[in-house]
Amino acid sequence: MAHAGKPNPLFRNLTAKVATLPMVVTALVVFVGCSLWTVVYSFTASRSLPVNDFVGFKQYDRLFSTSRWDQAVGNLLIYGILALIISFVVGFVLAAFLDQKIRWEDTFRTIYLYPFALSFIVTGVVWQWILDPGLGLQSAVRSLGWDSFTFNLIASPKTVIYALLIAGIWQGTGFVMVLMLAGLRGIDEDIWKAARVDGIPAWKTYLMIIVPMMRGVMVTALVIVASGIVRLYDLVVALTDGGPGFASDVPAKYVFDHLFARANLGQALAGSTMMLLSVLIIVVPWAYLEFGRKKGR
Amino acid sequence: MTVQLKTAQNPRGPRPRRILNPTRLMIYGVLIVAALYYIMPLWVMVMTSLKGMPEIRLGNIFSPPMEVTFEAWGKAWNTACTGLQCEGLKVGFWNSVQITVPSVVISIIIASVSGYALSFWKFKGSETYFTILIFGSFIPYQVMLFPLVMICRELGIYGTLSAVILVHTIFGMPILTLLFRNYFASLPEELFKAARVDGAGFWGIFFKVLVPMSTPIFVVAVILQVTGIWNDFLFGVVFAGTKNWPMTVQLNNIVNATQGVKEYNLNMAATILTGLVPLTIYFISGKLFVRGIAAGAVKG
Repeated sequence: MAHAGKPNPLFRNLTAKVATLPMVVTALVVFVGCSLWTVVYSFTASRSLPVNDFVGFKQYDRLFSTSRWDQAVGNLLIYGILALIISFVVGFVLAAFLDQKIRWEDTFRTIYLYPFALSFIVTGVVWQWILDPGLGLQSAVRSLGWDSFTFNLIASPKTVIYALLIAGIWQGTGFVMVLMLAGLRGIDEDIWKAARVDGIPAWKTYLMIIVPMMRGVMVTALVIVASGIVRLYDLVVALTDGGPGFASDVPAKYVFDHLFARANLGQALAGSTMMLLSVLIIVVPWAYLEFGRKKGR
Repeated sequence: MTVQLKTAQNPRGPRPRRILNPTRLMIYGVLIVAALYYIMPLWVMVMTSLKGMPEIRLGNIFSPPMEVTFEAWGKAWNTACTGLQCEGLKVGFWNSVQITVPSVVISIIIASVSGYALSFWKFKGSETYFTILIFGSFIPYQVMLFPLVMICRELGIYGTLSAVILVHTIFGMPILTLLFRNYFASLPEELFKAARVDGAGFWGIFFKVLVPMSTPIFVVAVILQVTGIWNDFLFGVVFAGTKNWPMTVQLNNIVNATQGVKEYNLNMAATILTGLVPLTIYFISGKLFVRGIAAGAVKG
């Protein structure tokens, strides 16, 4: 790569450039290259192997006329929106409460955060057991004498998505809470004093002053949580395997099944291109604001 | 929990000013209820794993075992069946170790150097690559899965440990680079300038100045990566090959096997075993884990 002799600005900080080569390669080859490849081959009639037989939007036509895909997208929307709202509200409330000079703060925090250390497979398997209609929570409550108690989310196609939600919230809220707590701790004590002097009630101080000041933390949390939601897959596999029927299917699972089990590459790539597109619609405006405005360090 | 409640009503703190008023009672109430929700699955897991199947069929998942037995644990570790093999979870455990250790080391080395270069040695386009990298962390894995499979086939490593390690290194890069970049950027720039004046170069500054004062962030990176890679399912199932399947894949195969009678106690023992490594790391490093995610995030 390096030809000595030319006083070329390309060679300034050469070591730094070489050292970041893995990052550059990852960014260009994997994130850009592989994504583009997927987009291009989503316009082909590939089955088990990629072929250069371009068929226009045929794969997309088929994708949108598949009820399984509609179901998967709808599920992800419900799950994603509710998971974001709940984890942010609960995460913030828990953080605000923990910030009140609470006894055993560390114990509480440890308890809220430990599920985050567990995998989605573990999470899914545990909740599958707890939500088991025959022997789980439902039967335990019934055995206490409340015979009509019904908590059977998993077996019904209409409610199974909420089973995923309960498990997902359990796993991820602690993380949001920790970020929020860090954000709260980073806020100057004087702000609180000023608000108190002005006689502003605590909840109003939180809502009008503290939350806007925590914009940075909020955005970071949003970025991380949202990117986790989009790739939701393991939890579904472990908890419901997309069932009953396709009632708890998600796009990632649709794609995976068509990639490997069904050897229908064209469909899989069309599906993943749609996933990519929806992510871009969310991320591009944010990135434009974040990276476009801030210049330098 | 009830113990906590009782003591909460009689604080023995130094200042009598903090007597429980209704607001504080409400706060403690909410915190305790939330804690119960979070603890419940762990309780259920442990209790179920210690029971025998007849007792489980009687039905209360919350009740402690009348007769404690560790049989399910032994079975889960030694003889549980995943697909056709019945050699237990221990196979998956060792596979996970073999996947996790190299992936963690390699990804942290690469990401720390990248983060360092990004915060002190900016060159034209470096921020662009970083932006692409951060974008990349949003792209669902499924989008890049098949091309990566093709690349691994081309390299002749598909279905081996090397393939999983490569993929973990790639996908660990965005978050780790961000972590290191933010950490290094928070250090005073005078430090860097002084070292430059003293004649230190790229690697000199990195190894002699930054690495020694960055132990916490390295520990945080190790925690994040070990947990993340140990808990991975997708890459393990796609890239590792049947022989090398990590623990999570084996756990899923054991629990969601379609044939055979469901042995819930065995399932829960297997679940705890799979969660044990990340949980141990978490409980040991608790404070650092927390301080770490906060440090990585707040600077944004």
